[in-house]
Amino acid sequence: MSDDPQKKMTPYTVPIGPTHPALKEPVMFTFQMNGEQILKADFAPGQTHRGIEWMGMRRNPVQIVHLTDRICGICGVSHSLAFARAMEQIMEIEVPERADYVRTIIAEFERIQSHLLWAGVAAHELGFDTLLHLTWRVREQAMDTIELLTGNRVNYGIIQVGGVRRDFTPDQFPAIEETLQYYSDLKSKLLKIFLEDKTIQMRCRDCGVLSYDDALKLCTVGPTARASGLNMDVRVDYPFAAYGDLAIEPILPDAYMGETRGDVFDRIVVRLLEVDQSVDIIRQCLDRMPAGEVIAEPKLAKLLNQFKKAHGEALGRHEAPRGEVLHYVRMDGKEHPTSWKVKASSYSNLMSWIPMLEGEQIADIPIIVASIDPCLSCTDRVAVVRSGERGIMTKEELHRLSVEKTRRLSA
Amino acid sequence: MTLIETILAAVGGTVAMAVFGIVAGLFFLGVDRKFAALMQARIGPPLRQPFIDAAKLMRKENIVPENAIPWIFNGAPILALASAITILLYLPVGSIMPVLGGAGDLILVMYLLTIPALAMVVGGFASGSPYATVGAQREMVILIAYELPLAIAIIAIAWRLSMAGIADPFSLTTIAANPVWGVVGPVGAVGLLILLGILAWVTPAELSRIPFDAQEAETELAGGLLVEYSGKNFALFYLAQAVKTIVMAALAVALFLPWNLSSFVAMAPAVAVAADFVFFLAKVLLVVFFSISLIRVSMARFRINQIVSIYWVWLGLAGFVGLALVMIDAILAGV
Repeated sequence: MSDDPQKKMTPYTVPIGPTHPALKEPVMFTFQMNGEQILKADFAPGQTHRGIEWMGMRRNPVQIVHLTDRICGICGVSHSLAFARAMEQIMEIEVPERADYVRTIIAEFERIQSHLLWAGVAAHELGFDTLLHLTWRVREQAMDTIELLTGNRVNYGIIQVGGVRRDFTPDQFPAIEETLQYYSDLKSKLLKIFLEDKTIQMRCRDCGVLSYDDALKLCTVGPTARASGLNMDVRVDYPFAAYGDLAIEPILPDAYMGETRGDVFDRIVVRLLEVDQSVDIIRQCLDRMPAGEVIAEPKLAKLLNQFKKAHGEALGRHEAPRGEVLHYVRMDGKEHPTSWKVKASSYSNLMSWIPMLEGEQIADIPIIVASIDPCLSCTDRVAVVRSGERGIMTKEELHRLSVEKTRRLSA
Repeated sequence: MTLIETILAAVGGTVAMAVFGIVAGLFFLGVDRKFAALMQARIGPPLRQPFIDAAKLMRKENIVPENAIPWIFNGAPILALASAITILLYLPVGSIMPVLGGAGDLILVMYLLTIPALAMVVGGFASGSPYATVGAQREMVILIAYELPLAIAIIAIAWRLSMAGIADPFSLTTIAANPVWGVVGPVGAVGLLILLGILAWVTPAELSRIPFDAQEAETELAGGLLVEYSGKNFALFYLAQAVKTIVMAALAVALFLPWNLSSFVAMAPAVAVAADFVFFLAKVLLVVFFSISLIRVSMARFRINQIVSIYWVWLGLAGFVGLALVMIDAILAGV
């Protein structure tokens, strides 16, 4: 072998994506590798842009609520809730208290099924298919309960601007109670099989570390941020729906593990504990749930008429299973919004991939990528294609464009 | 026997073993999938699913990537299958002694075991895909990693037999005829149990199964060194995988579970061959269950560096402990 550095093929490039078995949704990764080690990581989202905001700005908010159901395949209620809250703030609608509780309960059931889904995906990325089958099987209980309560398994269609479209009936409460008991009984078993398994520890401990500082600087949200020790949770920091009435503490890994390392393992810990937290939140909700109406304005024609009179802008936020989801809506006296901006939680979390991935091995790519629970089709809001070319927008360009847009909106 | 008769017997035996290896191998792949499914609370595919898969792959288009070196790319699957079948010719099946038993021994089998793996490495490097290249590198590393524990297990047994005064201890005919458990005392039995455990842990690596399937790692490398293979070539690798399953199980059976029913119960020669054959399949089933299905459903995939440290450090150490126990046993018995 020659010592000529030109002839050595390192670093070499490994592309992963846009479609790859490790990725559940399309995103394009480019890795500079030295053997098995990642020297440099880069990624290009924007492979699944669907033009949802464009569609929304040509529809009225009642229609948009159903569109928001379909932004994410898993967060069926998070986007709707954030959007409805933005609309309610603009129109100054007081949501009936019972509706707040219904929203909270559905949102927490959603968190349970989402985290269990994630746990299964994570196990599959590690090659541990037995756990995938187990977690997805126990997830069905939450799915069935959601179906019982809302009529749908995935796109629930329960949120309406000003409340919810369906109330719980008394005969549904035993089923809810049964589900809660099911997950309470399951808690220790799930924690044991995920956290005490030797192979999971070998693969996840100190793998894909995101330091507290990086998590803060990169504005990560949700379980990704909490696993790095950031004490933040929209439900606690800016309570909405019924969360203000409830006793909730953000789940941090050091409460259970005694320390925070910010690795993949801590993200597993946080999500599994949040399943149990959600059970607790639903129990609290059931205890306090008041009687009464569940929607401020049941007549759709009247509601649509009110949209035409609405002026103003607002931000609606919700702690989705993946972290804060944010909807910005601006109404200018027309039936449809002048502006609607969706920021899915993964949008804030994607950049944390870079510090997590660099220095790790190829084998860790799937689990690290999965560890932030990325939701790419929810995140992709922009795809700039000019004459068949997909350019790269710099920070300056983006800033200039956003200033222009703000001026345009406020003109 | 004349020369022609010998050649005819060898050819006939080879064809029979090839058919047996492929059919039984595919069947046991199906059994493994069913076991895994049941342990994961699934229904799983029917037992004949691997046959359906292989038949379908045979009919599919065979794509050779632009970057590939065609003759190596197409040659590797044939080499893999042929070498896997060749190993089978040296292994006893029940009371049917190996076809080429007189021409080679355990050391040869150990070397031959690397050839299907090397064929996959060559095929991987020749496919011109970064995933396949990484997979091929990993396969080589894994090959080097499990060689030491495997060699220790094999040599310990042959050495113990030779110490017991048995002639030609490396011949598989000898090993099959003299169950090593009958030779050793209690200390040696403990050592042998350790060595049996080591062989059970080497088997998944040899067969690229979880947790030692880093070279194919579906979620990491999208199939690794097999990523560019399709159609007939892929089917040949699949068949090689099936035959290798039988090979590894037959090796474990020959080394550690060589008993035949006919040696316990008196029966007519024809019946004895059939009974031993069925008994052999039952022992293969046992090996497949414990060292393939059970292991792969109960853990996550290891990283390549973890695989190396597991084989070299942990299983290597365990192997030396097992070997030491067998040696102590020989010294105790020799007194």
